[in-house]
Amino acid sequence: MLSVPCPWCGPRDETEFRYGGQAHVAYPPDPAALSDAEWAGYLFLRDNPKGWFAERWFHAAGCRRWCNTVRHTVTYEFGAPS
Amino acid sequence: MTAHPDFLWADPEPKRGYEVVVIGAGGHGLATAYYLARNHGISDVAVLERGWLAGGNMARNTTIIRSNYLWDASAAIYEHSLKLWEGLSDELDYDILFSQRGVLNLAHSLPDVRESVRRVNANRLNGIDAEWLTPAEVKKLVPIINTSPELRYPVLGATFQPRAGIAKHDHVAWAYARAANRLGVHLIQNCEVTGFRREGSRVTGVETSRGTIEAGRVALCAAGHTSVLAQELGFRLPLASHPLQALVSELLEQVLDTVVMSNAIHVYVSQAHKGELVMGAGIDAYNGYGQRGSFHVIESQLAAAVELFPIFARAHVLRTWAGIVDVSPDASPVLGLTPVENVFVNCGWGTGGFKATPGAGWVYADTIAHARPHPLAAPFTLDRFTTGALVDEHGAAAVAH
Ligand SMILES: Cc1cc2nc3c(=O)[nH]c(=O)nc-3n(C[C@H](O)[C@H](O)[C@H](O)COP(=O)(O)OP(=O)(O)OC[C@H]3O[C@@H](n4cnc5c(N)ncnc54)[C@H](O)[C@@H]3O)c2cc1C
Ligand SMILES: [Zn+2]
Repeated sequence: MLSVPCPWCGPRDETEFRYGGQAHVAYPPDPAALSDAEWAGYLFLRDNPKGWFAERWFHAAGCRRWCNTVRHTVTYEFGAPS
Repeated sequence: MTAHPDFLWADPEPKRGYEVVVIGAGGHGLATAYYLARNHGISDVAVLERGWLAGGNMARNTTIIRSNYLWDASAAIYEHSLKLWEGLSDELDYDILFSQRGVLNLAHSLPDVRESVRRVNANRLNGIDAEWLTPAEVKKLVPIINTSPELRYPVLGATFQPRAGIAKHDHVAWAYARAANRLGVHLIQNCEVTGFRREGSRVTGVETSRGTIEAGRVALCAAGHTSVLAQELGFRLPLASHPLQALVSELLEQVLDTVVMSNAIHVYVSQAHKGELVMGAGIDAYNGYGQRGSFHVIESQLAAAVELFPIFARAHVLRTWAGIVDVSPDASPVLGLTPVENVFVNCGWGTGGFKATPGAGWVYADTIAHARPHPLAAPFTLDRFTTGALVDEHGAAAVAH
């Protein structure tokens, strides 16, 4: 089980969280201007690195806030948040 | 009885180059190489494997084979596969221990029941064997199951596919490996692909831990690691790699003659030929390549199993492990051409690609040989994500993860 570092509550069990996938995926500023491929990219394409990954967690059974973390997808260790 | 041969395939040094280089010697890579040679006469093929042959998901899955998918395109490709399974021991002249003991998908709520009955009807319209069973009929088939209405998630019935079942995954891999090797395919282990050689818009070879190997065509078959290779090739895929765990118990007397799956309380179980209970559940939530998952997933899967099968409380868990599965947004595979003209992709089978092994190999070989999607693969090309095709299909896939 992961121990997820919530910036407000400190490290807590993974079971208290919901996973939010890749962090920093911004909503397109002008959605109507996107091509179909760009829109598909926003909806469906996420980074899937073997290594460090900036991701989001929702502390559902805690402070109920979202946070960003950086985690290594092979060792599962958490690094400094970005 | 003839003695088991020491070696089922040769261990050649890589040649300078091949007409087709397949990356990944899981079941899909091996089946693809076999059908390239058998169906298309293309035997100048190398299958490159970074570890040992079929040591990835092929060796880690719970071996469930079925074709009771809702969506027509999925039903078609998985049923093509199931038909191939039915002749595979003969075709490959090797007993893969294919056991058509049937698969039950349990329903635990009224919406579950409605979805299940709908899927049974859809399956029948597609010529796929499917039945709806009442709780009493489920109990008759699986006497050890708890059908008490007192359960928090009672068994309200089940879909049943009698032709579905399990096979011995190692045997399947070895059978394809031997057959491909006999047709001239090179199987090269301990050979990790680390990069690609290009000339203009084409890939001309692969960089590996055993040197450069030239390639006329390159076929990705790397399951959970396809994103890593695609990144080297300069394109992105709609995939997230997650650990998926399974476990086995100690050997037990035969207590379970069918495969039982429950998506709602999330456990699936069968009893292996030797007698272990083989059990799986959902993926771990986070992206991961670590080939291990979180304990709470095992804990909840065992809680579900013990509620359904009270006698399992006496069994001991012997081993747990994880494989890295590549999940696409619609729980469906991605199969076909890529933005690089002579590079092909077969990925996104996620948690359910073992059952597809023969069918995926068949249609992928055809796709590579003719450089266009096989008709059964056409609905699963990469461009479905930009054309507005229906992509929210986890329910249709009859998977809950
Ligand atoms: C726990 C678990 C349970 C499952 N249960 C079922 C089930 O009951 N039924 C079902 O239908 N499916 C199931 N699956 C899914 C199924 O196992 C996969 O969808 C399927 O095996 C994927 O195809 P494959 O056999 O080719 O993959 P793999 O066997 O994973 O083959 C990919 C190969 O590529 C190699 N590779 C990766 N990168 C490189 C590189 N750079 N260079 C060279 N080689 C490389 C890997 O080492 C690996 O051997 C399960 C999976 C898991 C993990
Ligand atoms: Zn918190």
